[in-house]
Amino acid sequence: MENNQREHLSRINSDYEDLYGFKAPTDYLNSSKKGLDEQVIRHISGMKKEPAWMLDFRLNALRIFREIPDPQWIDRDIFDSIDYNSLYYYAAATDKQFDDWDDVPDHIKETFDKLGVPEAEKKFLAGASAQFESEVVYHHMQEELQKQGVIFLDIDSGLREHEELFRRYFATLVPPDDNKFAALNSAAWSGGSFIYIPPGVKVDIPLQAYFRINAESMGQFERTLIIADKGASVHYIEGCTAPVYTRQSFHTGVIELFANEGSYLRYTTIQNWSNNVLNLVSQRAVAGKDAVVEWMDGNLGARTTMKYPSVALNGTGARGRVISIGYANQGQRQDAGAKIIHAAPHTSSSITSKSISHNGGRSSYRGLVKVSPGAHDVTSSVQCDALLLDNVSRSDTYPTIDVEENSRVQVSHEASVGKISEESMFYLMSRGIPEEEALFLIVNGFIEEFAKELPMEYAVELNRLIQLEMEGAVG
Amino acid sequence: MAFLSIRDLTATVYDTTSEKEKEILKGVNLDIQGGTTHVLMGTNGSGKSTLAHILMGHPSYKVTGGSIDFEGQDLLRMAPDDRARNGLFLAFQYPPSIPGLPVATFLKRAAESSRGSEISVREFQRELRGHMKELQIPQSFLGRFINEGFSGGEKKRMEVLQLNLLDPKLVILDETDSGLDIDALKLLFKNIAARIRGGRSLLVISHYERVFDYINPDFVHIMKDGEIVRSGGPELGRSIHSEGFESAIAEASAGVMYGK
Repeated sequence: MENNQREHLSRINSDYEDLYGFKAPTDYLNSSKKGLDEQVIRHISGMKKEPAWMLDFRLNALRIFREIPDPQWIDRDIFDSIDYNSLYYYAAATDKQFDDWDDVPDHIKETFDKLGVPEAEKKFLAGASAQFESEVVYHHMQEELQKQGVIFLDIDSGLREHEELFRRYFATLVPPDDNKFAALNSAAWSGGSFIYIPPGVKVDIPLQAYFRINAESMGQFERTLIIADKGASVHYIEGCTAPVYTRQSFHTGVIELFANEGSYLRYTTIQNWSNNVLNLVSQRAVAGKDAVVEWMDGNLGARTTMKYPSVALNGTGARGRVISIGYANQGQRQDAGAKIIHAAPHTSSSITSKSISHNGGRSSYRGLVKVSPGAHDVTSSVQCDALLLDNVSRSDTYPTIDVEENSRVQVSHEASVGKISEESMFYLMSRGIPEEEALFLIVNGFIEEFAKELPMEYAVELNRLIQLEMEGAVG
Repeated sequence: MAFLSIRDLTATVYDTTSEKEKEILKGVNLDIQGGTTHVLMGTNGSGKSTLAHILMGHPSYKVTGGSIDFEGQDLLRMAPDDRARNGLFLAFQYPPSIPGLPVATFLKRAAESSRGSEISVREFQRELRGHMKELQIPQSFLGRFINEGFSGGEKKRMEVLQLNLLDPKLVILDETDSGLDIDALKLLFKNIAARIRGGRSLLVISHYERVFDYINPDFVHIMKDGEIVRSGGPELGRSIHSEGFESAIAEASAGVMYGK
């Protein structure tokens, strides 16, 4: 039975190429050049007609990027393979942004049609944004929200149209010198979302941004800034895919979330990059008094993912929650986790991490729970479950707990590593359910805690995706 | 030819203490005719549950000899799901819990797999509601995960619910009666008895003769040390009840086989 299991599971995402891995023409690259230098940065900033302070910010970040060493706490070979000179740092497939899908140039629209993006928007989104390479090519938000003062723009427009608000928050949570990839992003950033929800406004329907890399050796440096003002609420979803290439592409995002007093902010990621993409992202949030921040982090694709969504609980009564799933197939490394900093009393947090590894894939949980002095009456629970589907795959946990306050602080950490239970397989099959479907049901059950948090349509999509790819696997 | 025919069945299981394959069935012979009810009794470790699991195709056991014929098909060549779709059902003594898999999803997929066609949600709900009412299972069970946090009695109810839903031809009950209070025992076994009328066959593994009150066995078999050492009518079960296994076996005129 075990051999068959392995075979079924190896089919997960095996038809990636058909579903997501197609390519659109890349003529636009003719006007782009490879490599990163001051000239490229000036070009990007100039194209965007940015204010002088932003150009200075970029150039400073470029200097930091060149000086700062690679992260020291993870295997070097991840970075050794990166050839910074062979990447495109900026490419635009169109010089305009559209707010009607009918106006989007065909060769780009086709891509998003195949990915189901316009259809999703019609059915269940309050606003949608679609980024192709370095620029947002489509952007639209329901009029209702505009009337309520909600700002949902691509981030370049955000800077142009709301410079003061933008500048107050930008790079305050992830400064360029935070880590090498934050510096890289700060130098070359382009695209991403800018969202502001005014006090008391509840956006009940999700806003979505879809990120598509199309060309080989492309670097996408998305930058997203979301501010939920007092008592506001918002749910933002990002999806990501790319064609399959032999050479590396790069996705290095910086995401900053600000949840002001009493607000609710949820950020959901369904990352399904192709296996030649390096996905190195800095995601950070700050939660004010009684605010709630939730990161729902799904990592299915990419060759290497390094991503540790974090929440600083700065206000009394703030809550943070991170639920992540990682799926590491052959040649893939999912190094994911979470960071929670309890910097105020009466704060609480929970981290749930679920990873699946097979065919030699490797997944890790890397996490930090920190309780600062003075943060009394704090609870935090961490749960890490790893599912290993064979003996050649690997899973590790690197939890750090740092408590500097003694007064009514409860921090718990539980971890488990397991295989697909033979008894569970036998049980389901004894009810007539074929082996591959039994396996699918068990794997789905394992990630249920994550799936149930997704909007229904996404949960169905995730489910369908896995099932589709396991179909016909019985020989 | 009988409906189910087991011949000279031998099997081993990997023993983790000795790190060797250990012989666990040593030549089992049993015939079950369509529409008959058999009770299999015997001491702990005699091989009853093993036989039940091998009939269903559990991968931990290695069949080393003999044959199992089920309606003219070689059962040993069929995967567990195939056996189920052909009308075999095992009610587990210790069904596993499966986190994250809701009962409703599982039941629907099980029913659809067995019937070979999709069932509409509405139709399925109607059908299920009837079965659940019969077994006094609250609707809230449908949203729970399989056997997670279920009491012993709740697990047994779930097993019988699946039995009713899948409507198999041959039902194997692996100590379904153990761990049940008397009311639950009555409810479940009356329900099973009603179900099996009309051509269904039943193999009941039990330590207790009390189940006879509900299922009226045609045959009783005693298993010892990997073999069926004695077979008889319901009176055999009653003599086990009054005298214990050893004397019931000792009285045996060895090799008497019923049901051929």
